[in-house]
Amino acid sequence: MSDQQPNSITGSIRRGLVRLFSFFRKRPLDDDLNEEMAAHIDFAIEEKMRYGLSYEEARRQVMIRFGGVMQAKEMQRESRGLPGLDILMQDLTYSFRTLWRDKSFTIIAVLILALGIGANIAVFSVVNAILVRPLPFRDPQQLVWMAPEASKCGFSCETYTADAYDEFRQMNHTFQDVAGYFAFSSSDNVKLTGHGQPKPTTGIMVTGNFFQTLGVEPVAGRLFLPEEANKGARPVTLLSNAFWHSQFAADPTIVGKAIDLDGTPVTVVGILPKDFDFGSVFSPGSKVDLFTPAVLDDMRQWGNILALVGRTRPGVTIAQAQADSNVVVPQLYFNIKYPQSLGVYKKRLMQLMELKEYVSGKLRRSLIVLWCAVGTILLIVCVNLANLMLARSATRTKEFALRSALGAGRMRLIRQLLTESMVLSCTGALLGLALSYVVTFFVAHQGSIALPMLSTVRVDGATLLWTVAIAVFAAVLFGIAPGLKASGRNVQEALKDSGQGLSQGRRHELTRALLVISEVALACVLLVGAGLLLRSFLHVLDVDLGFEPSHAAAIKVDYDDGGKDEKRGAIFREMLNQVNAIPGIEASGIVDYLPLERNRSWGSPEIKGKHYEPGELPGAFVYMITPGYMKAMGMKLSGRDFTWDDGPKGDKVIILNETSARYLFSGGDAVGRMVVMNDEDRRVIGVIKDVHESNVEGQPGWQVYFPVMQERPAGAELVVRTKLPPDALASSVMSKLRELNPNQPAAEFRTIQQIVDHAVSPRRFFVLLVVSFAAFGVILAALGIYGVISYSVTQRTQEIGIRMALGATISRVQLGVIGRTFRLALIGIVLGTIASILVARAIAALLFGTTPTDPMTFAGMVLLLGAVALLAGYLPARRASRIDPMTALRNS
Amino acid sequence: MAESKLDLLQGTLDLMVLQTLSAMGSLHGYGIARRIEQVSDDAVLLNQGTIYAALVRLQHRGWISAAWGISDNNRRAKFYSITRAGRKQLAKDAAYWQRLSDLMGRVLTMDSEGSA
Repeated sequence: MSDQQPNSITGSIRRGLVRLFSFFRKRPLDDDLNEEMAAHIDFAIEEKMRYGLSYEEARRQVMIRFGGVMQAKEMQRESRGLPGLDILMQDLTYSFRTLWRDKSFTIIAVLILALGIGANIAVFSVVNAILVRPLPFRDPQQLVWMAPEASKCGFSCETYTADAYDEFRQMNHTFQDVAGYFAFSSSDNVKLTGHGQPKPTTGIMVTGNFFQTLGVEPVAGRLFLPEEANKGARPVTLLSNAFWHSQFAADPTIVGKAIDLDGTPVTVVGILPKDFDFGSVFSPGSKVDLFTPAVLDDMRQWGNILALVGRTRPGVTIAQAQADSNVVVPQLYFNIKYPQSLGVYKKRLMQLMELKEYVSGKLRRSLIVLWCAVGTILLIVCVNLANLMLARSATRTKEFALRSALGAGRMRLIRQLLTESMVLSCTGALLGLALSYVVTFFVAHQGSIALPMLSTVRVDGATLLWTVAIAVFAAVLFGIAPGLKASGRNVQEALKDSGQGLSQGRRHELTRALLVISEVALACVLLVGAGLLLRSFLHVLDVDLGFEPSHAAAIKVDYDDGGKDEKRGAIFREMLNQVNAIPGIEASGIVDYLPLERNRSWGSPEIKGKHYEPGELPGAFVYMITPGYMKAMGMKLSGRDFTWDDGPKGDKVIILNETSARYLFSGGDAVGRMVVMNDEDRRVIGVIKDVHESNVEGQPGWQVYFPVMQERPAGAELVVRTKLPPDALASSVMSKLRELNPNQPAAEFRTIQQIVDHAVSPRRFFVLLVVSFAAFGVILAALGIYGVISYSVTQRTQEIGIRMALGATISRVQLGVIGRTFRLALIGIVLGTIASILVARAIAALLFGTTPTDPMTFAGMVLLLGAVALLAGYLPARRASRIDPMTALRNS
Repeated sequence: MAESKLDLLQGTLDLMVLQTLSAMGSLHGYGIARRIEQVSDDAVLLNQGTIYAALVRLQHRGWISAAWGISDNNRRAKFYSITRAGRKQLAKDAAYWQRLSDLMGRVLTMDSEGSA
């Protein structure tokens, strides 16, 4: 009809506004209407009475003519206001009332939802922070990580020399700029003095253009100037925001002042912004306090030292930049002074990847698995809730029948039930949000977990949107089935049905049984997945690291040898003598780089005169150690350890690891043989069992050890082996160190176990989450089974009573109930196991030392789930067997 | 299905109300209802109460206006009158109904040869 269509947009907007306005002015409008209708009826009665009717008769006729007053009012209200909103308000009020009445149901439902939704929000915020959100830099899509593919020789093979860096910067055509940082700084490598006790701080050298390339703006002061990276320039530094807050109480006047670093005054030129966290992007799990410009002219002889990040020109794709670098890299010199070093990088071309991919790409698979696990939890929660709602709607059959008898349509009933589930799910989501707020806060402050961008995990706008989405999704999922079920029933039957009827009860139970089966199957998948990951994690913990992490601890020590090998040996010898004298210390030694932390490699040992193909030998990790270090670490040595007599003037000596010795000497005994390394002949005095130097899960590479008296170390970590807790020794060790060197900063002992824990922390983090999700899933499945079995026992109280009266024994009744449980669980477990095999194959890449079809895990998890299911069924079975036939029969 | 039937009825009632107000000037709800009954010789069996939904709908569309006033027999009552927009709409709808009923007349008197 033409008059039904909106004449124009403005017209329909105006009508909408009028309706909205009417909605909020219900009272006065209703009063108006009441008065109008009363006048109407009075007019009509008066007119009838004029024809001689009595008042009563006139009124009777008028009311017939008028029709239902309430209906007329309702119709007028519907045309006037917003009927949808009105119904919603009614449904909401009604939902709140019914949910309030059934408090125990509501509390359980909301708690389950809160846990399920909360877990989802928390995982989403982690995924969002690590995978989705762009890096906190300007135009982050232009930033690329520039390194060859990761290989056996660790950081040294992922970095470039100062010369190569300079050349690349000039020769490329696709980059706006290339920046780099010194990749071999260990933590606490600088000491800040002039503020009481010397304080160990972590400084990183970056190229002068580093922050400009990333697009980081200082919050105070300025960035480095190009000339500040020149040789002999006035030393300057930029402070990280966190360090500025913790060390200088966010004092803005620090900019322009000098601070003492390792005894040199260094001018603070600026403060970096809060959202710039170097550690969380480039070396997850560590903090960096300050940055200094790398003076490349001082570093030309240092070999591969710079890790590179480039910013491509606008519009240049990674593939174009890659093609460019493929041309440029073979033309680079390792060191321009040596023409023969042209083309050393030819073998290992740069593999450009988006910086974001470098930072989080490795974690994508784990995170997706985590996301799927938590999604499964949400499904289980919904199935569980659907089950609870069904149980509840069974007891509300009559209510629904009555409502539909009074004229409520099917849609209206479904709508009511959906409103109820929406109220539950939104309440759950709110609580879940609070929960995930706590969890994300906790996670963001776990500095010890080596995951990138973890400090930026928070509940943000995207998370809130996600919360709304899953709350609605869950509400529809668990509200629709009971809604359809409850509304699709024959009214007459339902009203007649005493609630104990069998036909309807059976159909109802079938739906619930299907729900429970799917719940068990989902829980089974989660459990098997978690079991496989847990077993992998246990295998990881079981890896022979080549050293004994327990009962050992390390502390950073400071020394001043003036660059003289002689002096260094004497200093360390005295230091270790003093430390060894402390009661409780079994062994001690010094190393420059601890395993699983920073590492470096230089060339490789060779057998003199033997020809090796270029690239045949992997670079070897190099460590400078003192006598006693290997014992303190619990490394397994054959041959002899270094002694203090292996001095600068003595024979050059070296210790190899098994992998390199096996290759060089083809499995023969290496001890006593000679090798050449960096053009120097060295005698192999010992071979140690391979140490996991860069990670726990990979294969160790080549390792060589030199005595500190013959090669200059890059720092000093004192390792002590003791049965005492390291903290108990800290003060006596520290006072000895201070006695020897008043400049010793106030460092803290780190146990070697902590270092190992840090290395496995990402896996631990994932396993912990997946296992707790699986546990939650199993509890929910058990709850589901308990609910269904317990309900069916209640429904059959009478039947069981009759059976017992007819002579069924207690154990027979129990067996009957448990048998039913067993059937449900078995079907679920069989389906779940089939699904698990598929899932296990999909996560095979995340497993360690465990096959995807690991029979132990499958059997263990299936047994566990079966046992939990039987327990859940046993409780109602016990109740069933205690039914007193007399009471049961009388109750009907 | 039930809804579309109701729509037709509503539209019809709306048009009747507009025509009544256009012919009779300002009237209260009861007056409108009575007038429609009289004109149709009580052939329209309409629940008088339903007129109020139609009145509020027409008001929202801006086709009629309402004001409280005093009736001939000194009672307070709400009086409705047609607006200019309402008159325009009435003309449009009346023409539409005329065409529709002509068409329906022709279709329903069609014989087996297909000519009216």
